[in-house]
Formats: sequence, structure tokens, C-alpha cells
Amino acid sequence: MYQTTYHRPTSLAEAARLFSEAGDAAYVSGGHTLIPAMKLRLSAAANLIDLRHVGELKGISVTADEVAIGAGMTHAEVAGAAEVKGAIPALAGLAGSIGDAQVRHLGTIGGSVANNDPAADYPSAVLALAGTVETDRRAIAADDYFVGLYETALEEGEIVTRVRFRVPEAAGYAKFRNPASRYPMAGVFVARHGDGSVRVAVTGAGNSGVFRAAEMERALAADFSADALKGIALDPADMMGDIHGSAEYRAHLVTVMARRAVQNLGQALAFV
Amino acid sequence: MSRVELTVNGRSVAREVEDRTLLVHFLRDHIGLTGTHVGCDTSQCGACVVHLDGRAVKSCTVLAAQASGGEVVTIEGLAAGEDLHPVQAAFREHHGLQCGYCTPGMIMSAVDMIRRYDGQLDEKTVRHELEGNICRCTGYHNIVKAILAAAGTMRQEDMRAAAE
Ligand SMILES: Cc1cc2nc3c(=O)[nH]c(=O)nc-3n(C[C@H](O)[C@H](O)[C@H](O)COP(=O)(O)OP(=O)(O)OC[C@H]3O[C@@H](n4cnc5c(N)ncnc54)[C@H](O)[C@@H]3O)c2cc1C
Ligand code: FES
Ligand code: FES
Repeated sequence: MYQTTYHRPTSLAEAARLFSEAGDAAYVSGGHTLIPAMKLRLSAAANLIDLRHVGELKGISVTADEVAIGAGMTHAEVAGAAEVKGAIPALAGLAGSIGDAQVRHLGTIGGSVANNDPAADYPSAVLALAGTVETDRRAIAADDYFVGLYETALEEGEIVTRVRFRVPEAAGYAKFRNPASRYPMAGVFVARHGDGSVRVAVTGAGNSGVFRAAEMERALAADFSADALKGIALDPADMMGDIHGSAEYRAHLVTVMARRAVQNLGQALAFV
Repeated sequence: MSRVELTVNGRSVAREVEDRTLLVHFLRDHIGLTGTHVGCDTSQCGACVVHLDGRAVKSCTVLAAQASGGEVVTIEGLAAGEDLHPVQAAFREHHGLQCGYCTPGMIMSAVDMIRRYDGQLDEKTVRHELEGNICRCTGYHNIVKAILAAAGTMRQEDMRAAAE
């Protein structure tokens, strides 16, 4: 790891000020993406601004229509929160399926959403649950937020403060893990909303990051059953292909995972 | 440089270290607690697991400066003098180790797991919970046996303590 200088603000305003004064800086939340990247010298911020002690980023609130989770909440906290389990069990299950127990003790929803790893779990839920990413500057609808591989609508120094999810009528998540990295090779979050719309978001498979599968959404809006997805094949040209699996293989996995998500509503299932 | 202040195994320690110092290196190189191991550079193996503020974490993926002000328990902090912690005793009894490299992390993860599940563990849960700990030697069978046995012992000890 290259040299760096550590800062520990205790408020959002102080964090933003430290960032703008520092010049070359990065926020660190759980550090479970950033620190491994710094160890490998793939990332080298001269200043690290720790958000773990910013109280404004903590907390969960739930209403009949919405679950709002502070950016600083860890995967373990979200997975264990009775109010999240009650309102959107598939979301709590997704949080509890990320990485391993130790990763979940420190990794945060804010860090995951800010990083937008094309194989991360959370982005699929944010997109399928018509989420909103709140920052210290504005609120961004999920459809406008995820821009590409590791790319989001966030501007330099902008801090994710909360992620809001629309409470669906029913939702399910199913993923097939890469046996080595354990990140999803294809993860599909399916949600049926009160207005009759269905949103299907796919992570791990697309060659430009998380995306909505429009054809699946139309089929499920007409007939919300696993059978409605039979015969729907995504175009391999839009999929990632690498040593872990070809684009054709991933396209096939997406349909299989989408069917399993619909068959197991209220759950998050991980295969392999 | 940062001044890092921690409570490690109940003892207060303070050192001036480079900000980039990982918690595992702070423990091993600066305060001489070499029971915590480093087995990978991808945050996957779990040889480095310690408890930070009561939760199992990978100390290779936390800066000492991030942990500063907190409480750390390492493998050296589990036994009471000559008396092994029930999880340590169970690993010995059930041959839960061969080379021993992964063992400190396995045991720290096991103690955390038993606490989180209040001792109510079954084989499937233990195997699932060991996702973040890799052992190159044992094939896991005896590790799982040891953790289940220790969970049983600790439940009995808790019940006895509650009855007294
Ligand atoms: C062994 C291992 C296995 C993993 N497996 C999975 C998995 O299966 N699925 C999965 O989804 N993830 C997985 N992860 C990643 C893990 O979930 C990370 O914790 C998460 O992606 C990033 O969250 P963090 O809080 O650790 O972020 P950090 O590492 O602290 O930060 C990540 C990035 O986001 C920025 N950032 C952090 N917080 C904010 C904020 N509030 N506002 C703006 N920018 C911010 C940082 O500057 C940095 O660029 C794994 C990680 C490890 C080490
Ligand atoms: S050394 Fe920490 S996970 Fe391998
Ligand atoms: S006992 Fe050798 S690595 Fe586990």
C-alpha cells in the first residue's frame, strides 16, 4: 500500500470539507472494497476520509411504502434488522448473502452502491425496488444512478447518505455464485409493485453493469409466474464473457436465476 | 503518522504508526502478537480474523487507524491462563487442525459464530458460516465437529452459570 493520511470526521459537513480541502482523497466506509484495492496498489488515495464515525449515515426507517437505510449501515445490520426482514425479506436476505460473515460486519450499503461493482449484489435490489440514492447534495432515482462498470451519477466528493427502497407486493432474489470470488455470476432481483408493474434487475452478468431486463418485465407483468419466463433468452452480445463463463452461459444463467427468484418470493437464494 | 490507541486483550496499548499500517501488522509487528496470521492478499482466507468491538473482522482489511479507540481480542486473549477457551479445547480434542496456520482465525470466527447464534448451531449453519475461513489441510470435517462440540459445552456452561 502506498502512503496515505487518515482523517476521521464526525459529521457529514466535516467529511465534505475535508474531502474538498485534501485534493487527492477518497472516502472509506467499511473499507472492504477500497482497502483490498489499496493493498494491491490498484488504488492510491493520498487522503482517506473515514465515514464510519459520521452518525448521520446510520439508521433504518420503514413506512408502509418505503424502507430507507443509512449509507453507513453494514450488511450484517441490514440482514439482521427486524423491520427490513418484515417489509422486504428478500432485501434482508440479499444483505445476508454478501461475501462472508466478517465482510458483512464491516462492508456497508453506501460503499457498495457508490462502488457499483458490476457483480455486486445491492445494485440489483436498488434498481428492482425502484430505489432512490440520496446524497449530501440531491436524490437520484435508481434508473439514473447506475451508469456503467464502476460508474455512477455521483460527482467528485459527493457522499451517499441513504438508500431508499419502494416496498413491493412481492420480491425475490436468486444468484449463482462464482465458485472462486463468490460474487454473483448472475444475480436477478424480481419485484412486483403495487401499481402492477414488475421490475427485474440483473447483476453480475451484463457487460455494462447492472441492468433491467425489459422483456422479462413485460412477460411477468402479464403473467407473474416462472413459466412466463420460459423461452426468454437475453442477447449474449450484452453479457460479460470471461474465463469464468462465456456470454452465452451467463445469458442462460440469467433466465434460470430469474425463474428461481419468482419461484422463491420473499427469499434470497444463493446457488453454488 | 497516526497515534493508534487500542485495548488489546484487555490491555491498553498506544503506538505511533504509519497511517497505512494494517491492523494485522499493528498486532504482529508493533505489539508482538503473532498468533494472528496473514494467509492471502485478497481478504478471503480468514487467517487474520480478530474481534473488533465485539465482532469478527479480517484484520488484514482494516487499518490500525480505523480501529483506533476500539477494543480488539486476538487468539492470545481467549485462554484464561493455563485454561484453554472451550473452542480451543474442542479443536484440540477433535483434531480440528493439522498445520495450524488457519487455526487462530478459525477459532476467532467460531467464537463469534457461537455467540451470534447463541450456541444454537447445526452442521449446515457452521459450514455456511465458515465461508470466510479457508483451511488447506483438514477438509473441514473436524473443524465443524470441534465448533459444534464447543457450542454444546458453552451452552452447558451458560446454563450452569444461570442456575447458580
Ligand atoms: C472477501 C470479500 C467478498 C466480498 N463478496 C461480495 C459479494 O459477494 N457481493 C457483494 O456485493 N460485495 C462483496 N464484497 C464487497 C463488500 O460488500 C464491500 O464491503 C462493499 O462492496 C463496499 O462497501 P464498503 O463499505 O466496504 O466500501 P469501501 O471499501 O469503504 O468503499 C468503496 C468505494 O465507495 C466509496 N464510498 C464508500 N462510502 C461512500 C459513501 N457513503 N458515499 C460516497 N462514496 C463512498 C469509497 O470511496 C470507495 O471508492 C466482498 C468483499 C470482500 C473483501
Ligand atoms: S489474511 Fe486476511 S483474509 Fe487472508
Ligand atoms: S490446519 Fe493447515 S491450513 Fe488449516
